[in-house]
Amino acid sequence: MACMAYPSAAHLCAQVVIPADPLAVREGLKALFDTILLRSLPEDRRGTAEIVLAEALNNIVEHAYARHSGDIEITLDLRGPDLVCRILDSGLPMPKETLPEGRLIARADVSNLPEGGFGWFLIRALSRDLDYRRVGGRNLLSFRLNTQQAMV
Amino acid sequence: MRLVAEQNGEILVVRAMEDRIDAACAIQFKDRMREITQDNCPRVVLDMARVAFLDSSGLGAVVAVMKALAPDRRLELSGLTANVQKVFRLTRMDSVFVIHAEVPDGLRHAG
Repeated sequence: MACMAYPSAAHLCAQVVIPADPLAVREGLKALFDTILLRSLPEDRRGTAEIVLAEALNNIVEHAYARHSGDIEITLDLRGPDLVCRILDSGLPMPKETLPEGRLIARADVSNLPEGGFGWFLIRALSRDLDYRRVGGRNLLSFRLNTQQAMV
Repeated sequence: MRLVAEQNGEILVVRAMEDRIDAACAIQFKDRMREITQDNCPRVVLDMARVAFLDSSGLGAVVAVMKALAPDRRLELSGLTANVQKVFRLTRMDSVFVIHAEVPDGLRHAG
């Protein structure tokens, strides 16, 4: 795993490349959240960023790399009040090359409570400008997170 | 996944000793909870005061434990940290669980 944070005149940036497995996701998040960039965020915004990034990465591990292994590249850029997040992987494309809707399922009773499907709902609820595209045979997921105002 | 359980009368308090319940340990968490709650204690309180991070896999595992205990037994939660609370609130699971600010009185020093 490589992780670096580099300040430039225009913005702060951090990048990490991890193998696609759940423990590497955990370690990669730890490395990212140790960077100057993410340590500079208010506590509440850091928490939100960790939820969204973890859900996006877990989804890639579970679905995009369901049939083979590979790497995930995460790049974070602080641009004004926004943390711009870009995640690249070489796994399978999204079904129909479209992002899942991520709707909460209305619950009936305890025995019918959903045990999954919360991931895309959380990503959509907590991010802005969510975009997915295939670029040169890779998946590119991008979104923005507000680093200043509490959105929820 | 370290979980420490202590029983006091009708209540079993299970303390999650890890700082995260995530995709890397959700299945282990579910299995350990199943083992720990085998005895027929009617109320189970999961104390999450040390858990700083819970992802959707972790949330799914907590829901699965609750469903496994239902309908005769209850899973209650306590000590949700800010970021964990956010996940419960956004997914509206905060309305499904009985959530205590801290381990119910009289149980904190139970042994």
